[in-house]
Amino acid sequence: MSKILMKGNEAIAEAAIRSGCRLYFAYPITPQSELIEYMAKMMPKVNGTFIQAESEVAAINMVYGAAGSGKRVMTSSSSPGISLKMEGISYIAGAELPCVIVNVQRGGPGLGDIQPAQGDYFQATKGGGHGDYRLIVLAPSSVQEFADMASEAFDLADKYRNPVMILADGMLGQMMEPVEFKPAKTDAELQELANQHLSWCICPNADGDKKHHHEINSLELDPQVLEKHVLDLYKKYAEIEKNEARYETYNVSDDNEVLCVAWGTASRVVKSAINEVMKEGKSVGLIRPIRVWPYPYDAIKQAIGKNVKKVYVFELNSGQMVEDVKIAVEGKVPVDFWGKLGGVVFTPAEIKEKLETCF
Amino acid sequence: MEIIAKRPEALTKEPFHYCPGCMHGVAHRLIAEAIDENGLINEIAGVAPVGCGVFAYKYFNFDMAEAAHGRAPAVATGIKRARPDMHVFTYQGDGDLAAIGTAEIVHAANRGEKISVFFINNAIYGMTGGQMAPTTLPNMKTTTSPYGRNVEDIGYPIRVCELLSTLVAPYYIERVSLLTSADIIKAKKAVEKAIRYNKENRGFTFVEFISTCPTNWGYEPEKARQWAKENMLPFFKPGVFRDKGEGVE
Repeated sequence: MSKILMKGNEAIAEAAIRSGCRLYFAYPITPQSELIEYMAKMMPKVNGTFIQAESEVAAINMVYGAAGSGKRVMTSSSSPGISLKMEGISYIAGAELPCVIVNVQRGGPGLGDIQPAQGDYFQATKGGGHGDYRLIVLAPSSVQEFADMASEAFDLADKYRNPVMILADGMLGQMMEPVEFKPAKTDAELQELANQHLSWCICPNADGDKKHHHEINSLELDPQVLEKHVLDLYKKYAEIEKNEARYETYNVSDDNEVLCVAWGTASRVVKSAINEVMKEGKSVGLIRPIRVWPYPYDAIKQAIGKNVKKVYVFELNSGQMVEDVKIAVEGKVPVDFWGKLGGVVFTPAEIKEKLETCF
Repeated sequence: MEIIAKRPEALTKEPFHYCPGCMHGVAHRLIAEAIDENGLINEIAGVAPVGCGVFAYKYFNFDMAEAAHGRAPAVATGIKRARPDMHVFTYQGDGDLAAIGTAEIVHAANRGEKISVFFINNAIYGMTGGQMAPTTLPNMKTTTSPYGRNVEDIGYPIRVCELLSTLVAPYYIERVSLLTSADIIKAKKAVEKAIRYNKENRGFTFVEFISTCPTNWGYEPEKARQWAKENMLPFFKPGVFRDKGEGVE
């Protein structure tokens, strides 16, 4: 299939449908509106369900119902809307339901603005909703990767029965890049996907004599039983941490004197800056977490060669990822941070200037 | 020997946790009987609320989801849209449905979701210990309206059937009472109709039950029923507000 020029918001929607998503519930918000509009246009053509919900809260609870019925389901929003969804996300994690949530981040806090930002890192990776739970969080840095993450996200959600968030931003949502799609799931594959959850989900009882009573639930009043449930969740999360961390290395070598860590849109700017400082004979590498939970601590630890004098974190927030980088670096070298806030995106020249001060 | 009364197949053997004199058990049984009579047990799913009905998922003998407070109609929407071959209902109290879940019930009704909603109105929050509900009557004392509901300050009780009847989409809306045996027989007919319309995928069906909360009202069950008859029924008048199947628009 040839490449098509598409906005990230449209590409993720198309890729989700190709991945077998036939249920989508959401509420309009900038800068993700092209996503909900694309779903409104395309879902009827594949006999799928599109509902513009009355609120973000209703949308995520529709997701809870559909995910509890064992079907591939997605919602999307931007930062303030994701905050509203957090109640439902906690319930979905507690009830161990598979679903995909796309966050096209904008500047915050509060109503903030509608420009690209990465200020929801803590919310996505450290909590957001109440209680002890984890989301798997995928962090694309191009329209192609944004689209590719749709099938990855649904597969991870199904495999671990856990909500998966794709943490993009207004830049990735709005910009157009060439994108190539994987073939759409066949009817047979869709049937197989629909059958994989029948042992626990809400579904008709095919065996009339043997009643089934599947409960989709996150309530347990007995503290001992609830503790065991949460411990079981954490066994699952440990498995995810062991198997599912993903990262990209860019120009990482033993010669590196500076190691950068950046994710999503920010990492693209850092790559451009690295290309420039390399021309001056300075060696700078980059680790880009492709997934920000589970976090690639080992990759960062191993990338610190004997010549690295500093680890430099660049983000479009106030430094929310720095804690994770410090855990990985284990105090071996200083960790510095520079970022832009409120929807301002840094330029390669600004990053280059920061990197040059390290030499 | 002929069995003339038995546990409906649609109820599990889990004993109800409800207080003496509470009407949730009666409402559960009516719904279960209607499901049995319509032969729906293998293709129905219910959504439990937050409130005294929170454990409804333990009592109904088929697939159940437990929703966040007020969100049952949204959860039911997700289930029905994901599994259109199934029949879905919610079971909600007055705080759940008419306060925190107002948006969800109004919009599920307005979309004409092909689900049934069973709404227990006993004018009080039971589970949390007797706080004021959106259906608490004027001057009625609760733990959060200790001097009586002051309508100048907090407004009047919400009549949900009347509110939903302003919408075009709903197919069937009826308010019944559970206060006497005769009322319960009438209520059973309403529940049966809602479940039958649901089975036929006709549209959004809604049954409100006027009931009591002896524990939090502080009355013996018999006095609670008498009080409700004298005070609730005049404000929340039983009746059919919409029945497109019978030409009541």
